[in-house]
Amino acid sequence: MNKESAKLYSTVDAMEEIASTKEASEGRSSWECVLLSRQQNRPSASYYIHQICDEFMELHGDRYYGDDKAMITGIGTMGGRAVTFIGNRKGANMKENISCNYGMSNPEGYRKALRAAKQAEKFNRPVICFIDTPGAYPGLGAEQRGIGEAIARNLKEFATLRVPVLSFIIGEGGSGGALGIGIGDKLYMLENAVYSVITPEGFASILLRDPSQAQSAAEAMKMTSRDLKEFQIIHDIIPEAPGGAHTDPAFTANAIKETIERDLDNLCTKTPENLVRYRLRKIRNIDVQLHSDNPETSTKLLEVFTRCRL
Amino acid sequence: MSKQIQCPSCHRVFDYDVVASYMKVCPKCGYHHRLTPAERISSIADGNSFAEFPFTYAFPNPIGLEGYQEKISQSRDKANLEEAVITGECTIDGRPCVVAVMSFDFMGGSMGSVVGEKIAEAMIEGALRHEPVIIFTASGGARMQEGIFSLMQMAKTSAAAALLEKSLTPLFIVLTHPTTGGVTASFAMLGDVNLAEKGALIGFAGPRVIEGTIGEKLPAGFQSAEFQLEKGFIDAIVAREDMKKTLSFLIRVHMGEHSNE
Repeated sequence: MNKESAKLYSTVDAMEEIASTKEASEGRSSWECVLLSRQQNRPSASYYIHQICDEFMELHGDRYYGDDKAMITGIGTMGGRAVTFIGNRKGANMKENISCNYGMSNPEGYRKALRAAKQAEKFNRPVICFIDTPGAYPGLGAEQRGIGEAIARNLKEFATLRVPVLSFIIGEGGSGGALGIGIGDKLYMLENAVYSVITPEGFASILLRDPSQAQSAAEAMKMTSRDLKEFQIIHDIIPEAPGGAHTDPAFTANAIKETIERDLDNLCTKTPENLVRYRLRKIRNIDVQLHSDNPETSTKLLEVFTRCRL
Repeated sequence: MSKQIQCPSCHRVFDYDVVASYMKVCPKCGYHHRLTPAERISSIADGNSFAEFPFTYAFPNPIGLEGYQEKISQSRDKANLEEAVITGECTIDGRPCVVAVMSFDFMGGSMGSVVGEKIAEAMIEGALRHEPVIIFTASGGARMQEGIFSLMQMAKTSAAAALLEKSLTPLFIVLTHPTTGGVTASFAMLGDVNLAEKGALIGFAGPRVIEGTIGEKLPAGFQSAEFQLEKGFIDAIVAREDMKKTLSFLIRVHMGEHSNE
């Protein structure tokens, strides 16, 4: 094969790959995405962190109570840049699943995440979050130690964190447990990831009064990356290999890395004030459609903002 | 003859007027009957000082869920409210404040886009005027009929609380029965002072969900206001008859010379 025809072939291959990716993602139902997002061998936050970083050091503990294995936090380097990473951890096998509580954090996990974020703010490091959790843990100890307060505090603190924050939903984005590390400047979803206020099973049993209706609930809830892009809840979709992220993990890791580098090159040039103003305004305008007569809902917010000592 | 009501706690029957004269607290056992937002406001505001913020919102059905519009219409008739929260301004012992009162009677006080928007607007209005914001919570959590948009209300209200904090304006939360889910995991836990009513259920996961997780019955009083006080998540349990006095004190000590008296 000569050089010219090799080039032609690779172009054709690339085009076919793009076409099949498009087809696969458009053809995949919400329920198929739910199943893919939960698949045991789906690449984890830990995998992406180690792929993306030149070096990484995990840091443990919330400094109040304990170290939640369902949440990974630490500092990594990417090129010349130090970055703080936060991510849910489900574990790669049954034994790890159990020790990581299937990715469901207790309050300690959210407090550890906040500690990592405040440390990043202090030392002017951007923060990258990888979300992959069925939700916060609905257990006895979680309630005793204030899981509600822990998530609430994160929402408030991340909203005004003075460093860039990027979030990626890499698998399951389960409700408040996902949101607890999901407030940032930009939110991305992997192509087959899902993000919702409740599981389709929960939605089916509560609203449809029939737990076996989870599949149709998944469709009705509009929880896929395409749905959320359309709603402008997420900034963009990160592509996966046609068979799903697990069939070519490095492909997705690379796409994530490129996105991080591109965004940080831009966001790291902004002043902390501008970053926080942009973030608050973005959050404020989520429901802009409620004000058909006055689409600018953030006027008062910006007025208060300029008066605050930030 | 006046209407009679039975206390769900001690099962005694009283004349409605008698219970009403105790701010709907059972004269015998202290059970707190639910107050409507109007009753709640009149229990803390000066005379006719309350003025409601105008309701100007388009009806949201962001995920296009079948039957949701009808559900809203039914709730409006049933609760005689436009949504699950009332917001406005009033004075308490002469001092101005912004107040929001949630209603569990309207779709379980669930937080959809309009509820979140009204609460966020109330907080930003408070920050703008530098007037304390008082929120009475009562909610089963996020309104899942609005899909991901209901989850986003947690972000929106908490971000508004962050702005309120940066503007050094106080936020007082009063947790009433029941407050759970996405409301507990957002602005309801973010007060500078968190108060609660006696016996109120306050938690993140609902009791049945937790029982399902741990496979056993929860101990008595789990997630009650008293439990939250013991665990350190609320500052005080305040009797209904003392609520105005307590809020008045908090406003006075936080607002110093900023009174309109």
